[in-house]
Formats: sequence, structure tokens, C-alpha cells
Amino acid sequence: MSSAAQRRPLALQIGLTAFIVIWFILAAFPFFWTLWGSFKVELDFFSIADWTNALVGRNTEATHGSPFTLSGYEGAFVLNEFWRNTINTFIVCFFVVTTSLTIGTLGGYALSRSGFKYVFWLLIIALIFRALPQVTLVSGYLPVFFDWNIWGYLPTAIIVLVAINQPFTLWMLHSFFESIPKDLDEAAKVDGCTQFQAFRHVIIPVMWPGVITTGLFSFLLAYNDFVVTALILNEANRTMVPQIAAFLGTTYTEGNVMFAVAAVVSATAPLFVLVMFFQRQIVSGLTAGAVKG
Amino acid sequence: MKHRTFFWFFLPTAAAMLLFIALPIVSIVMQSVFTPHEAVLIETENCGPFGCTTETAIDQDATAQLREDKPLGRFVGLEIYVDRGHLAFGEVAEAWRTSDTMGAFIGELWNLPFYAALAFTLTYTFVCTPALIALGFAIAVAVNSLHKRLKGLMIFFSLLPMIVTPLIGSLILFWMVDSRGVLGQFLSWLVADPDLSVKASTPLMWIALIVYGIWSSAPFAFVVFYAGLQTVPQDTLESAQIDGATRWQQIRFVIIPHLAPLVTFVALIQIMDNFRVLEPILGFQAQAHAQSLSSFILSDLSGETQQLTSAATTSVLTILGVAILLSPVLVRTWRDFNQKSH
Repeated sequence: MSSAAQRRPLALQIGLTAFIVIWFILAAFPFFWTLWGSFKVELDFFSIADWTNALVGRNTEATHGSPFTLSGYEGAFVLNEFWRNTINTFIVCFFVVTTSLTIGTLGGYALSRSGFKYVFWLLIIALIFRALPQVTLVSGYLPVFFDWNIWGYLPTAIIVLVAINQPFTLWMLHSFFESIPKDLDEAAKVDGCTQFQAFRHVIIPVMWPGVITTGLFSFLLAYNDFVVTALILNEANRTMVPQIAAFLGTTYTEGNVMFAVAAVVSATAPLFVLVMFFQRQIVSGLTAGAVKG
Repeated sequence: MKHRTFFWFFLPTAAAMLLFIALPIVSIVMQSVFTPHEAVLIETENCGPFGCTTETAIDQDATAQLREDKPLGRFVGLEIYVDRGHLAFGEVAEAWRTSDTMGAFIGELWNLPFYAALAFTLTYTFVCTPALIALGFAIAVAVNSLHKRLKGLMIFFSLLPMIVTPLIGSLILFWMVDSRGVLGQFLSWLVADPDLSVKASTPLMWIALIVYGIWSSAPFAFVVFYAGLQTVPQDTLESAQIDGATRWQQIRFVIIPHLAPLVTFVALIQIMDNFRVLEPILGFQAQAHAQSLSSFILSDLSGETQQLTSAATTSVLTILGVAILLSPVLVRTWRDFNQKSH
């Protein structure tokens, strides 16, 4: 690659490097800053006197005898029982991912193997559904859920999230199944399999890479959701994100911002791990739709 | 695949989307033309030693009966659509008559909550989308020139702003630009104004929200363009070099045309996502300075008394907005489709 024609002049190289470094700081610094600050007291995290306090933790040392303190985490997890919200989040994510993958795989497979015109229209309808702001749909659910007394419970939120997830799941799995040769299941059908048997014995064993990628995005959608969980779950069943929003309502007055900071850091940690392990799948998933489109 | 088989395979996902996406749309249209019943009032005359007084009381039984008979509420047609909280035709007409200049008219519109929310949503969508595409492209070109080892690391950190929960990402930035936060102090030092506060100023808040929007979505554009750069035809690039194209000309005439379909894709996805902007407004606690259509609906839904009718009306108007935004794409797809099938 490093032919003479490709070599960059020095000025360009410096410009590129500077740009990369600036973007790196923009992208990464806020997370490290907040992680570092979450072990401080509020007077250090929001330092009016001197911003270096947030780095060395002068007030934290004065209060707790050490420049690091777990008091924010203690307040969030012990006093405010944030662990309940953590458990709720993982329950919601688990069921959303499994359900939406199950029905999405069937639907996406059917879309990719049916040559009829309605497939095109179904995909367009799914695209329109994908574009609707979730909050508009939630305002449609509320009166019905109140009437039927199903408002506030985790299963309700799970079903709603699965449905909201479907358009995206269908698009991704459809384009993934398109890339699996049709000859595979045609051959199975020639050998006497029904369509479902062909799916079960031929497609399922080879579909995992695409399903895992789609599953990652379903997980992110469920994990990152605010609107549905905030408006549909009651206080006892809240997941992490609406609980953090609730912290802001109560804690700003009590001066306990650090609970929210600790909760924010705790909720970001799983995402960090996720990106670390599944970076390749996330990148390929993001581009799957684009390369086709 | 036979229609029958297709039907059974597709049924579960179709049922989920019909019940929880299509029906709610019907539900909000219904809700938007009905409003809760007013209480039935009865007047009773109490005559005592000091004369007669008329008392008005709520007839509980009759009210309950009315609610029972017509659970949807009172039919009001499009009344809610044109009231002050929504399209406000009366107020707009009044403002048009009374204001002398265009500026004054726009100022009047500004005070109407729906138009203010619409203005912010559109500004956010159409400033963020081109900006994040440009930034994403620049990052993709820059990262692509890096050494292989560094590439992976840069992609990892570049993904973070996008992957992180929007509410959490906006909180993290908000705490930093708070007047006591590190960025807030840096900014106020930069402009030498110790009282500078993003929270207190509408224009600064808009800028902060838009910066958040670009920060959180540029990684998406970056990843898509980066993948596109891997498939740039090398021989075209080489022949351009042999013909003496400068670096900029190579980008302009080879790489950008190659990425053009991806730009359309990113723009479509980002317009859809930015139009529903909600979390940053909550995270930045910017409701006093900026409302988006989504946050406007949310505040109706989560207030002390839920304004379901008002929320439903705004929702219908928002969906119409999405339809208008998507219509160019849909019309083009429709044309392509017809051309293919004839």
C-alpha cells in the first residue's frame, strides 16, 4: 500500500493525526471523566472552586479520608435499591431478545424466500413503522392498558418492545437470509422436506452469525429504551434508564447527584463490555443494511 | 414459497406489528377526536329560613352512566387540533393580522407551544443530519489512513457515543457542560464570562443539544462510510492517480461518488431518528428552552393529570410530519418499483 504515490505529505499527515486525536478525545474523554468522577463527592465532581479538584479529589479526601469513595454507588445500590432496576433491565432484555429473534427469524426467512410482490410492500410498511417515534405509539397504548389493568408490569413492556423491535429485526434478518443461498433449502425440499423442515434442519444450523448480530441490536434497543419503559412500567418494576431519570427528579433537590452519576456509570459498564466483545458484529450489522441499500 | 406457508411463517411478527404498531395509530386518531366527558351538573334549590339558594352539584350517577354509555368520551371532531396547544389556527390568524413584520409574526408563533416544538425538531433534524454525515465521513477517511492496530482501537472508542443509552450519554455531556462542570468552566474561561451558563440560555442550550446530536450519531455515519471505503475500487483510484488527480480530486471524483448511495442510507436513517429526538432534552433538562414534538407528547403523558387527548392529537400531527419527511423516499421507491415491474 505504501507506494510513492500513496505516501502523504507531512502537513497532511499532521493534520490527519491531529484530527484523529481530537475525535478520540471527544469520543472517549466524557466517559473516563464521568467514571473517574463517580468515585468523588459532589463538591469535587462539580467543582466551583477549582476544576483540578475533580481530578485529585480534595473534598473527597476531607470527607472520607481517601481521594476515592464508593458513597455514590452505596447510595444508588443500597439506599435506592438500584440493583432491583438492574435485575428488571436484564429480565426485560433477555425476553425481548429471545422473543423478537424467534418471531423475527421466521418472518425474515419467509420474506427472503417468497418471490411475491407483497414482500416489497411488507418491507416498505416495516420501514414506515420503523420511522414512527415510539412516544406516539405509547400514547396509543396507555388508555387501553389502563382499561385492561395490564399497565405497569414487565411482561407488558416486553411485548411492546418486541413489537417495536420487529420492523428493524425483519429488515436485518431479511437481508441476512438473502445472503444464504436459496439452493440450500431448495435441495432439502427436493429431498422431501416441508418448508418448515428445510428451515429447521438446513437454515437454522447456518444462520447463527446473522441472528447473533441482530440479537445484539435487539438487546441495545431494549437496554437503551427510555420512552416505553418510563411510561409503561410502574415504580416498583422500573428498569435502569427510567430509574436514572427518576433520580434526576428527586436527587437534584436532595443534593445527591452522585447517586445518579454512580447509576449512570453502572449502566454504561455492560455496554462497554458488549462493544469490547462484539465490535466486529456491531460494525457488520450497521453496514449490512447499508451495503444492500 | 407458497402463500400459505408464507402466511404461517409471517403470522407471529405480523400479529405483533398489527397489534402494537398499527392499532395504536388507530387508537391515537380515535383519542384525538374525543375528549373526556364533562361532569353532569344538577342544580338544586335549597330553601331555608333565609331565602332560597341555588346549588350546583355533580350528579355522580349520571356522570358515571354517561361514561359507561360512551366510553370514548365526547366527540369533538377537529376541535383539539386547532386549539391553542396544537395548530392554533385562531392565534396564528390573529398574529398574522396584528403583526406588521415577518419577524414579529414569527415571534408570535414562537409563543405557541406546538410551533416552538416543531421549529426545534426541524432545526435539530436538519442541522444534525448533514453535520454528522460530514463529520462521520471525515473520521472514516482519517481512521482508514491509520495503522491496522490503531484502527481497531479507534473503532472501539468511536462506537461508544452511539452505543451508549441516549439518556445516559446526554447526562454525561450535560454534567460536563454544567456551569460547575469541567467543560462549562472551560467555556466560561474561554469567553471570560464567569456567569456563563448553558442551562440559562436558550441559544446555548440549542447549540448544546445539537452538539450532542452530532456527537452521538456521527459514529453511525463513520462506521457505514468506513465499511464503504473498504470496497472503493482500487483500479479506478489508481487510474485517477496515474491521470494526475490530486488527493482532494481522488476523494471528490472517486470516493464520494462511490459512497453516494451510503450517504442516502445514512441520511434516511438519521432523519428518522433525529426527528424523534427526546432523551437529550430530558438529560439536559432543557424543557424550558427547547421542546421537541416527542418531548411535547411526553410532557402531556407524564404530567400530574394525563392529557391523553392532547398527547394523541400531537402524536397524529407528528406521524403526519414523519409521513411528509418520508414521502420523497416512498415516491421514489414506488417509481422504481413500477419501472421494474413493467
